[in-house]
Amino acid sequence: MNKIVDWVGDNYGLVWSLTVSHIWLTLIPTVIGLLVALPLGWWAYRSRRSYTPIVGIAGLFYTVPSLALFIFLPPIIGTKILDPINIVLALTIYTVALLVRVVADGLASVPVDTVLAARAMGYRTWQILFLVELPVAVPVISAGLRVAVVSNVSIVTLAALLGISQLGSLFTQGLQLQLYGPLVSGVVMCVVLAVIFDVAIQVANRLATPWRERIVTS
Amino acid sequence: MTGWFADSAHWTGPDGVPAQVGHHLVYTLLALGISLAIAVPLGMFIGYTGRGGGLVVGSANALRALPTLGALVLLFLLISSSVSGQAVYLIPTTAVLVLLGVPPILAGTYAGIQNADSGAVGAARAMGYTRAQILVRVQLPCALPLMLSGIRSATLQIVSTATVAAYVGLQGLGRFILDGRAEADFTKMTAGALLVAVLAIAFEVLFALVGRFTISPGLRRAETSATRSRPSPAIPVPAPGT
Repeated sequence: MNKIVDWVGDNYGLVWSLTVSHIWLTLIPTVIGLLVALPLGWWAYRSRRSYTPIVGIAGLFYTVPSLALFIFLPPIIGTKILDPINIVLALTIYTVALLVRVVADGLASVPVDTVLAARAMGYRTWQILFLVELPVAVPVISAGLRVAVVSNVSIVTLAALLGISQLGSLFTQGLQLQLYGPLVSGVVMCVVLAVIFDVAIQVANRLATPWRERIVTS
Repeated sequence: MTGWFADSAHWTGPDGVPAQVGHHLVYTLLALGISLAIAVPLGMFIGYTGRGGGLVVGSANALRALPTLGALVLLFLLISSSVSGQAVYLIPTTAVLVLLGVPPILAGTYAGIQNADSGAVGAARAMGYTRAQILVRVQLPCALPLMLSGIRSATLQIVSTATVAAYVGLQGLGRFILDGRAEADFTKMTAGALLVAVLAIAFEVLFALVGRFTISPGLRRAETSATRSRPSPAIPVPAPGT
Protein backbone atom coordinates (compact mmCIF):
# COMPACT_ATOMS: atom_id res chain seq x y z
CA MET A 1 0.00 0.00 0.00
CA ASN A 2 2.77 2.40 0.96
CA LYS A 3 4.65 1.47 -2.17
CA ILE A 4 1.66 2.44 -4.28
CA VAL A 5 1.38 5.82 -2.57
CA ASP A 6 5.12 6.40 -2.96
CA TRP A 7 5.00 5.52 -6.63
CA VAL A 8 2.12 7.90 -7.26
CA GLY A 9 3.94 10.63 -5.32
CA ASP A 10 7.04 10.19 -7.48
CA ASN A 11 5.14 9.97 -10.73
CA TYR A 12 2.07 12.15 -10.49
CA GLY A 13 3.35 14.25 -13.41
CA LEU A 14 3.37 11.18 -15.64
CA VAL A 15 -0.08 10.04 -14.46
CA TRP A 16 -1.46 13.51 -15.08
CA SER A 17 -0.09 13.83 -18.61
CA LEU A 18 -1.36 10.34 -19.49
CA THR A 19 -4.76 11.29 -18.05
CA VAL A 20 -4.89 14.38 -20.24
CA SER A 21 -4.18 12.42 -23.42
CA HIS A 22 -6.72 9.83 -22.26
CA ILE A 23 -9.34 12.56 -21.90
CA TRP A 24 -8.70 13.82 -25.43
CA LEU A 25 -8.69 10.33 -26.92
CA THR A 26 -12.06 9.67 -25.27
CA LEU A 27 -13.83 12.98 -25.69
CA ILE A 28 -13.00 13.84 -29.31
CA PRO A 29 -14.44 10.61 -30.75
CA THR A 30 -17.48 10.80 -28.46
CA VAL A 31 -18.34 14.34 -29.59
CA ILE A 32 -17.67 13.71 -33.29
CA GLY A 33 -19.56 10.42 -33.03
CA LEU A 34 -22.61 12.17 -31.59
CA LEU A 35 -22.48 14.86 -34.30
CA VAL A 36 -22.34 12.21 -37.04
CA ALA A 37 -24.98 10.00 -35.43
CA LEU A 38 -27.59 12.77 -35.12
CA PRO A 39 -28.25 13.27 -38.89
CA LEU A 40 -27.80 9.55 -39.61
CA GLY A 41 -30.23 8.60 -36.86
CA TRP A 42 -32.67 11.24 -38.05
CA TRP A 43 -32.49 9.81 -41.56
CA ALA A 44 -33.09 6.28 -40.25
CA TYR A 45 -36.08 7.58 -38.28
CA ARG A 46 -37.54 9.57 -41.19
CA SER A 47 -37.64 6.83 -43.78
CA ARG A 48 -38.75 3.43 -42.72
CA ARG A 49 -36.96 1.85 -45.67
CA SER A 50 -33.57 3.19 -44.59
CA TYR A 51 -33.95 2.22 -40.90
CA THR A 52 -32.99 -1.43 -41.34
CA PRO A 53 -29.90 -0.88 -43.57
CA ILE A 54 -28.58 2.07 -41.52
CA VAL A 55 -29.05 0.43 -38.13
CA GLY A 56 -27.91 -2.92 -39.53
CA ILE A 57 -24.66 -1.56 -40.98
CA ALA A 58 -24.01 0.34 -37.75
CA GLY A 59 -24.48 -2.89 -35.82
CA LEU A 60 -22.07 -4.65 -38.16
CA PHE A 61 -19.29 -2.21 -37.23
CA TYR A 62 -19.81 -3.28 -33.66
CA THR A 63 -18.76 -6.82 -34.41
CA VAL A 64 -15.24 -5.70 -35.37
CA PRO A 65 -13.09 -6.06 -32.25
CA SER A 66 -11.49 -2.75 -31.30
CA LEU A 67 -7.91 -4.00 -31.28
CA ALA A 68 -8.50 -5.29 -34.81
CA LEU A 69 -10.04 -1.99 -35.89
CA PHE A 70 -7.01 -0.09 -34.56
CA ILE A 71 -4.87 -2.23 -36.88
CA PHE A 72 -7.14 -2.17 -39.95
CA LEU A 73 -7.39 1.61 -40.13
CA PRO A 74 -3.79 2.71 -40.86
CA PRO A 75 -3.52 1.15 -44.35
CA ILE A 76 -7.02 2.36 -45.22
CA ILE A 77 -6.56 6.00 -44.18
CA GLY A 78 -2.81 6.13 -44.78
CA THR A 79 -1.62 6.73 -41.22
CA LYS A 80 1.11 5.06 -39.20
CA ILE A 81 0.19 2.36 -36.69
CA LEU A 82 1.43 4.62 -33.87
CA ASP A 83 -0.76 7.53 -34.91
CA PRO A 84 -3.42 8.41 -32.28
CA ILE A 85 -5.75 9.34 -35.16
CA ASN A 86 -6.39 5.60 -35.65
CA ILE A 87 -7.73 5.37 -32.12
CA VAL A 88 -9.83 8.52 -32.50
CA LEU A 89 -11.32 7.28 -35.76
CA ALA A 90 -11.97 3.75 -34.46
CA LEU A 91 -13.76 5.07 -31.37
CA THR A 92 -15.72 7.53 -33.51
CA ILE A 93 -16.94 4.58 -35.58
CA TYR A 94 -18.00 2.74 -32.42
CA THR A 95 -19.75 5.80 -31.04
CA VAL A 96 -21.65 6.35 -34.29
CA ALA A 97 -22.51 2.63 -34.44
CA LEU A 98 -23.96 2.81 -30.94
CA LEU A 99 -25.74 6.16 -31.20
CA VAL A 100 -27.38 5.93 -34.66
CA ARG A 101 -29.86 3.41 -33.35
CA VAL A 102 -30.33 5.34 -30.12
CA VAL A 103 -31.06 8.61 -31.99
CA ALA A 104 -33.47 6.91 -34.39
CA ASP A 105 -35.32 5.12 -31.59
CA GLY A 106 -35.23 8.22 -29.41
CA LEU A 107 -36.88 10.33 -32.11
CA ALA A 108 -39.41 7.56 -32.69
CA SER A 109 -40.25 7.50 -28.98
CA VAL A 110 -41.54 11.09 -29.06
CA PRO A 111 -45.30 10.87 -28.44
CA VAL A 112 -47.34 11.32 -31.63
CA ASP A 113 -49.67 13.74 -29.81
CA THR A 114 -46.77 16.06 -29.04
CA VAL A 115 -45.71 16.18 -32.69
CA LEU A 116 -49.32 16.69 -33.87
CA ALA A 117 -49.83 19.49 -31.36
CA ALA A 118 -46.74 21.27 -32.68
CA ARG A 119 -47.96 20.84 -36.24
CA ALA A 120 -51.39 22.18 -35.31
CA MET A 121 -49.70 25.23 -33.82
CA GLY A 122 -48.17 25.93 -37.23
CA TYR A 123 -44.62 24.62 -36.66
CA ARG A 124 -42.77 23.67 -39.82
CA THR A 125 -41.09 20.30 -40.21
CA TRP A 126 -37.62 21.57 -39.28
CA GLN A 127 -39.05 23.51 -36.35
CA ILE A 128 -40.74 20.36 -35.11
CA LEU A 129 -37.43 18.51 -35.37
CA PHE A 130 -35.28 21.08 -33.56
CA LEU A 131 -37.79 22.55 -31.14
CA VAL A 132 -39.90 19.50 -30.29
CA GLU A 133 -38.60 16.09 -31.36
CA LEU A 134 -34.90 16.49 -30.54
CA PRO A 135 -35.46 18.09 -27.10
CA VAL A 136 -38.01 15.43 -26.17
CA ALA A 137 -35.59 12.71 -27.32
CA VAL A 138 -32.72 14.11 -25.22
CA PRO A 139 -33.15 11.65 -22.31
CA VAL A 140 -32.96 8.60 -24.59
CA ILE A 141 -29.99 10.01 -26.52
CA SER A 142 -28.14 10.92 -23.34
CA ALA A 143 -28.69 7.42 -21.95
CA GLY A 144 -26.97 6.07 -25.07
CA LEU A 145 -24.24 8.69 -24.80
CA ARG A 146 -23.50 7.59 -21.24
CA VAL A 147 -22.90 4.04 -22.41
CA ALA A 148 -20.75 5.28 -25.30
CA VAL A 149 -18.49 7.54 -23.26
CA VAL A 150 -17.95 5.06 -20.44
CA SER A 151 -17.04 2.24 -22.79
CA ASN A 152 -14.80 4.57 -24.79
CA VAL A 153 -12.83 5.34 -21.62
CA SER A 154 -12.17 1.66 -21.19
CA ILE A 155 -11.50 0.79 -24.86
CA VAL A 156 -8.89 3.54 -25.23
CA THR A 157 -6.64 1.66 -22.80
CA LEU A 158 -6.21 -1.17 -25.32
CA ALA A 159 -4.29 1.23 -27.56
CA ALA A 160 -1.42 0.81 -25.11
CA LEU A 161 -0.80 -2.62 -26.65
CA LEU A 162 0.11 -0.80 -29.87
CA GLY A 163 2.26 1.77 -28.05
CA ILE A 164 -0.02 4.80 -28.02
CA SER A 165 0.34 6.50 -24.67
CA GLN A 166 -2.62 7.15 -22.41
CA LEU A 167 -3.69 5.63 -19.07
CA GLY A 168 -3.42 2.13 -20.58
CA SER A 169 0.34 2.68 -20.79
CA LEU A 170 0.37 2.42 -17.00
CA PHE A 171 -0.89 -1.16 -17.33
CA THR A 172 1.85 -2.23 -19.73
CA GLN A 173 4.38 -0.46 -17.54
CA GLY A 174 2.99 -2.13 -14.43
CA LEU A 175 3.42 -5.57 -15.95
CA GLN A 176 6.93 -4.87 -17.21
CA LEU A 177 8.12 -3.48 -13.88
CA GLN A 178 5.96 -5.84 -11.78
CA LEU A 179 4.68 -2.78 -9.91
CA TYR A 180 1.25 -2.16 -8.42
CA GLY A 181 1.69 1.62 -8.37
CA PRO A 182 1.14 2.35 -12.08
CA LEU A 183 -1.51 -0.38 -12.33
CA VAL A 184 -3.66 0.81 -9.48
CA SER A 185 -3.34 4.48 -10.41
CA GLY A 186 -4.27 3.65 -14.03
CA VAL A 187 -7.36 1.67 -13.05
CA VAL A 188 -8.44 4.29 -10.52
CA MET A 189 -8.00 7.17 -12.97
CA CYS A 190 -9.99 5.31 -15.65
CA VAL A 191 -12.86 4.71 -13.27
CA VAL A 192 -12.72 8.31 -12.04
CA LEU A 193 -12.82 9.64 -15.62
CA ALA A 194 -15.73 7.36 -16.48
CA VAL A 195 -17.68 8.55 -13.43
CA ILE A 196 -16.98 12.22 -14.20
CA PHE A 197 -18.11 11.90 -17.83
CA ASP A 198 -21.16 9.88 -16.80
CA VAL A 199 -22.24 12.40 -14.17
CA ALA A 200 -21.57 15.32 -16.55
CA ILE A 201 -23.91 13.82 -19.15
CA GLN A 202 -26.60 13.21 -16.53
CA VAL A 203 -26.35 16.80 -15.34
CA ALA A 204 -26.47 18.12 -18.91
CA ASN A 205 -29.49 15.93 -19.55
CA ARG A 206 -31.29 17.29 -16.51
CA LEU A 207 -30.47 20.88 -17.47
CA ALA A 208 -31.61 20.30 -21.05
CA THR A 209 -34.96 18.82 -20.03
CA PRO A 210 -36.24 21.03 -17.19
CA TRP A 211 -39.84 19.97 -17.87
CA ARG A 212 -39.26 16.37 -16.96
CA GLU A 213 -39.84 14.86 -13.59
CA ARG A 214 -36.88 13.22 -12.03
CA ILE A 215 -38.05 9.64 -11.93
CA VAL A 216 -37.75 8.35 -15.45
CA THR A 217 -33.99 8.48 -16.00
CA SER A 218 -32.85 5.01 -16.94
CA MET B 1 -2.08 -10.23 -46.97
CA THR B 2 -3.27 -13.10 -49.18
CA GLY B 3 0.35 -14.19 -49.33
CA TRP B 4 0.42 -14.57 -45.54
CA PHE B 5 -2.64 -16.77 -45.56
CA ALA B 6 -1.44 -18.73 -48.61
CA ASP B 7 1.84 -19.62 -46.89
CA SER B 8 1.33 -23.13 -45.58
CA ALA B 9 3.87 -22.53 -42.81
CA HIS B 10 1.28 -20.34 -41.08
CA TRP B 11 -1.23 -23.16 -40.99
CA THR B 12 0.72 -25.87 -39.20
CA GLY B 13 2.41 -26.40 -35.85
CA PRO B 14 1.65 -25.06 -32.39
CA ASP B 15 1.82 -21.43 -33.60
CA GLY B 16 -0.29 -22.02 -36.71
CA VAL B 17 -3.68 -20.51 -37.44
CA PRO B 18 -5.78 -23.61 -36.57
CA ALA B 19 -3.98 -24.09 -33.24
CA GLN B 20 -4.40 -20.44 -32.24
CA VAL B 21 -8.05 -20.37 -33.33
CA GLY B 22 -8.48 -23.48 -31.17
CA HIS B 23 -6.90 -21.79 -28.16
CA HIS B 24 -8.99 -18.70 -28.73
CA LEU B 25 -12.15 -20.80 -28.86
CA VAL B 26 -11.22 -22.67 -25.68
CA TYR B 27 -10.77 -19.42 -23.71
CA THR B 28 -13.96 -18.02 -25.20
CA LEU B 29 -16.11 -21.05 -24.47
CA LEU B 30 -14.69 -21.49 -20.97
CA ALA B 31 -15.47 -17.88 -20.07
CA LEU B 32 -18.86 -18.00 -21.78
CA GLY B 33 -19.80 -21.21 -19.95
CA ILE B 34 -18.91 -19.77 -16.55
CA SER B 35 -20.71 -16.49 -17.37
CA LEU B 36 -23.84 -18.40 -18.34
CA ALA B 37 -23.70 -20.54 -15.21
CA ILE B 38 -23.57 -17.39 -13.06
CA ALA B 39 -25.79 -15.00 -14.98
CA VAL B 40 -28.73 -17.10 -16.16
CA PRO B 41 -29.87 -18.45 -12.76
CA LEU B 42 -29.22 -15.09 -11.12
CA GLY B 43 -31.09 -13.26 -13.88
CA MET B 44 -34.00 -15.69 -13.59
CA PHE B 45 -34.13 -15.15 -9.85
CA ILE B 46 -34.07 -11.36 -10.16
CA GLY B 47 -36.58 -11.28 -13.00
CA TYR B 48 -38.88 -13.70 -11.17
CA THR B 49 -38.78 -12.07 -7.76
CA GLY B 50 -38.26 -8.50 -8.99
CA ARG B 51 -35.63 -7.98 -6.33
CA GLY B 52 -32.18 -6.49 -6.94
CA GLY B 53 -32.86 -5.17 -10.44
CA GLY B 54 -31.52 -1.70 -9.71
CA LEU B 55 -28.40 -3.14 -8.15
CA VAL B 56 -27.74 -5.25 -11.24
CA VAL B 57 -28.16 -2.37 -13.67
CA GLY B 58 -25.95 -0.16 -11.52
CA SER B 59 -23.13 -2.65 -11.15
CA ALA B 60 -23.29 -3.55 -14.84
CA ASN B 61 -22.72 0.10 -15.70
CA ALA B 62 -19.93 0.39 -13.18
CA LEU B 63 -18.21 -2.70 -14.59
CA ARG B 64 -18.19 -1.11 -18.02
CA ALA B 65 -15.85 1.55 -16.67
CA LEU B 66 -13.31 -0.99 -15.43
CA PRO B 67 -10.50 -1.18 -18.00
CA THR B 68 -10.10 -4.84 -18.97
CA LEU B 69 -6.39 -4.61 -19.62
CA GLY B 70 -5.76 -3.06 -16.21
CA ALA B 71 -7.89 -5.61 -14.38
CA LEU B 72 -6.13 -8.43 -16.22
CA VAL B 73 -2.61 -7.28 -15.35
CA LEU B 74 -3.63 -6.50 -11.77
CA LEU B 75 -5.11 -9.98 -11.24
CA PHE B 76 -2.08 -11.53 -12.90
CA LEU B 77 0.33 -9.77 -10.54
CA LEU B 78 -1.83 -10.57 -7.51
CA ILE B 79 -1.91 -14.32 -8.10
CA SER B 80 1.46 -14.76 -9.78
CA SER B 81 3.24 -15.47 -6.49
CA SER B 82 0.76 -18.05 -5.20
CA VAL B 83 -0.25 -19.96 -8.34
CA SER B 84 2.02 -21.87 -10.67
CA GLY B 85 1.94 -23.37 -14.15
CA GLN B 86 -0.45 -22.44 -16.93
CA ALA B 87 -3.11 -21.46 -14.37
CA VAL B 88 -1.29 -18.24 -13.61
CA TYR B 89 -2.25 -17.04 -17.08
CA LEU B 90 -5.57 -18.81 -17.42
CA ILE B 91 -7.19 -17.72 -14.14
CA PRO B 92 -6.84 -13.93 -14.56
CA THR B 93 -7.81 -14.11 -18.24
CA THR B 94 -10.91 -16.19 -17.55
CA ALA B 95 -11.88 -14.02 -14.59
CA VAL B 96 -11.67 -10.83 -16.66
CA LEU B 97 -13.63 -12.37 -19.54
CA VAL B 98 -16.32 -13.61 -17.14
CA LEU B 99 -16.52 -10.10 -15.71
CA LEU B 100 -17.28 -8.89 -19.23
CA GLY B 101 -19.67 -11.71 -20.03
CA VAL B 102 -21.90 -11.70 -16.96
CA PRO B 103 -23.54 -8.21 -17.16
CA PRO B 104 -25.11 -8.47 -20.65
CA ILE B 105 -26.41 -12.01 -20.03
CA LEU B 106 -27.73 -11.03 -16.60
CA ALA B 107 -29.46 -7.92 -17.96
CA GLY B 108 -30.96 -9.83 -20.90
CA THR B 109 -32.28 -12.65 -18.74
CA TYR B 110 -33.71 -10.42 -16.07
CA ALA B 111 -35.30 -7.94 -18.46
CA GLY B 112 -36.64 -10.80 -20.57
CA ILE B 113 -38.32 -12.55 -17.65
CA GLN B 114 -39.66 -9.31 -16.26
CA ASN B 115 -41.06 -8.13 -19.61
CA ALA B 116 -42.64 -11.48 -20.46
CA ASP B 117 -46.10 -10.85 -21.84
CA SER B 118 -48.36 -10.49 -18.80
CA GLY B 119 -51.34 -11.74 -20.80
CA ALA B 120 -49.55 -15.01 -21.50
CA VAL B 121 -48.50 -15.32 -17.86
CA GLY B 122 -52.07 -14.65 -16.70
CA ALA B 123 -53.47 -17.16 -19.18
CA ALA B 124 -51.03 -19.80 -17.95
CA ARG B 125 -52.01 -19.08 -14.35
CA ALA B 126 -55.69 -19.36 -15.26
CA MET B 127 -55.00 -22.73 -16.86
CA GLY B 128 -53.66 -23.97 -13.52
CA TYR B 129 -49.90 -23.84 -14.22
CA THR B 130 -47.77 -23.79 -11.10
CA ARG B 131 -45.32 -20.92 -10.63
CA ALA B 132 -42.41 -23.14 -11.68
CA GLN B 133 -44.30 -24.23 -14.80
CA ILE B 134 -45.07 -20.62 -15.67
CA LEU B 135 -41.39 -19.75 -15.32
CA VAL B 136 -40.15 -22.64 -17.46
CA ARG B 137 -42.92 -22.92 -20.06
CA VAL B 138 -44.06 -19.31 -20.48
CA GLN B 139 -41.67 -16.75 -19.07
CA LEU B 140 -38.45 -18.36 -20.30
CA PRO B 141 -39.62 -18.82 -23.92
CA CYS B 142 -40.91 -15.24 -23.87
CA ALA B 143 -37.56 -14.06 -22.48
CA LEU B 144 -35.54 -15.97 -25.06
CA PRO B 145 -35.07 -13.15 -27.61
CA LEU B 146 -33.68 -10.76 -24.99
CA MET B 147 -31.62 -13.53 -23.36
CA LEU B 148 -30.10 -14.47 -26.70
CA SER B 149 -29.26 -10.87 -27.49
CA GLY B 150 -27.54 -10.59 -24.11
CA ILE B 151 -25.61 -13.82 -24.69
CA ARG B 152 -24.71 -12.63 -28.18
CA SER B 153 -23.23 -9.37 -26.99
CA ALA B 154 -21.42 -11.18 -24.16
CA THR B 155 -19.90 -13.63 -26.65
CA LEU B 156 -18.86 -10.81 -28.94
CA GLN B 157 -17.09 -9.02 -26.12
CA ILE B 158 -15.42 -12.19 -24.90
CA VAL B 159 -14.20 -13.17 -28.38
CA SER B 160 -12.72 -9.78 -29.07
CA THR B 161 -11.22 -9.32 -25.62
CA ALA B 162 -9.69 -12.80 -25.51
CA THR B 163 -6.99 -11.31 -27.76
CA VAL B 164 -5.72 -9.53 -24.67
CA ALA B 165 -4.95 -12.93 -23.12
CA ALA B 166 -1.83 -13.04 -25.27
CA TYR B 167 -0.52 -10.06 -23.38
CA VAL B 168 -0.07 -12.00 -20.14
CA GLY B 169 1.43 -14.95 -21.99
CA LEU B 170 -1.46 -17.11 -23.16
CA GLN B 171 -1.95 -18.33 -26.71
CA GLY B 172 -4.86 -17.39 -28.97
CA LEU B 173 -5.28 -14.99 -31.87
CA GLY B 174 -3.82 -12.11 -29.86
CA ARG B 175 -0.43 -13.79 -30.34
CA PHE B 176 -0.37 -12.79 -34.02
CA ILE B 177 -1.24 -9.21 -33.13
CA LEU B 178 1.23 -8.79 -30.27
CA ASP B 179 4.06 -10.82 -31.81
CA GLY B 180 3.53 -8.96 -35.07
CA ARG B 181 3.77 -5.70 -33.16
CA ALA B 182 6.98 -6.82 -31.42
CA GLU B 183 8.53 -7.97 -34.71
CA ALA B 184 7.22 -4.90 -36.60
CA ASP B 185 5.51 -7.42 -38.92
CA PHE B 186 2.45 -5.52 -40.00
CA THR B 187 1.13 -8.32 -42.21
CA LYS B 188 1.10 -10.70 -39.26
CA MET B 189 -0.75 -8.15 -37.11
CA THR B 190 -3.37 -7.59 -39.78
CA ALA B 191 -3.78 -11.33 -40.27
CA GLY B 192 -4.43 -11.73 -36.55
CA ALA B 193 -6.88 -8.84 -36.53
CA LEU B 194 -8.67 -10.28 -39.55
CA LEU B 195 -8.95 -13.70 -37.90
CA VAL B 196 -10.46 -12.17 -34.74
CA ALA B 197 -12.96 -10.19 -36.80
CA VAL B 198 -13.92 -13.28 -38.83
CA LEU B 199 -14.35 -15.31 -35.65
CA ALA B 200 -16.57 -12.59 -34.15
CA ILE B 201 -18.73 -12.46 -37.29
CA ALA B 202 -18.94 -16.26 -37.34
CA PHE B 203 -20.39 -16.15 -33.82
CA GLU B 204 -22.86 -13.46 -34.92
CA VAL B 205 -24.08 -15.67 -37.75
CA LEU B 206 -24.30 -18.64 -35.40
CA PHE B 207 -26.47 -16.66 -32.98
CA ALA B 208 -28.71 -15.44 -35.77
CA LEU B 209 -29.29 -19.08 -36.74
CA VAL B 210 -29.85 -20.19 -33.14
CA GLY B 211 -32.41 -17.39 -32.76
CA ARG B 212 -34.18 -18.39 -35.94
CA PHE B 213 -34.60 -21.98 -34.79
CA THR B 214 -35.38 -21.49 -31.11
CA ILE B 215 -37.51 -18.36 -30.84
CA SER B 216 -41.22 -19.03 -31.16
CA PRO B 217 -42.46 -17.62 -34.52
CA GLY B 218 -45.40 -15.86 -32.90
CA LEU B 219 -43.07 -14.11 -30.50
CA ARG B 220 -40.76 -13.01 -33.28
CA ARG B 221 -43.58 -11.34 -35.16
CA ALA B 222 -44.73 -9.56 -32.02
CA GLU B 223 -41.18 -8.46 -31.30
CA THR B 224 -40.50 -6.93 -34.72
CA SER B 225 -43.78 -5.04 -34.79
CA ALA B 226 -43.12 -3.73 -31.29
CA THR B 227 -39.65 -2.45 -32.14
CA ARG B 228 -41.01 -0.80 -35.26
CA SER B 229 -43.77 1.19 -33.71
CA ARG B 230 -42.61 1.82 -30.18
CA PRO B 231 -38.93 1.19 -29.51
CA SER B 232 -38.21 0.74 -25.85
CA PRO B 233 -35.00 2.23 -24.47
CA ALA B 234 -35.35 -0.17 -21.55
CA ILE B 235 -33.86 -2.95 -23.65
CA PRO B 236 -30.16 -3.09 -22.77
CA VAL B 237 -28.01 -1.47 -25.42
CA PRO B 238 -25.32 -3.84 -26.69
CA ALA B 239 -21.88 -2.89 -25.50
CA PRO B 240 -19.18 -2.48 -28.11
CA GLY B 241 -16.55 -5.09 -28.85
CA THR B 242 -13.62 -4.27 -26.66
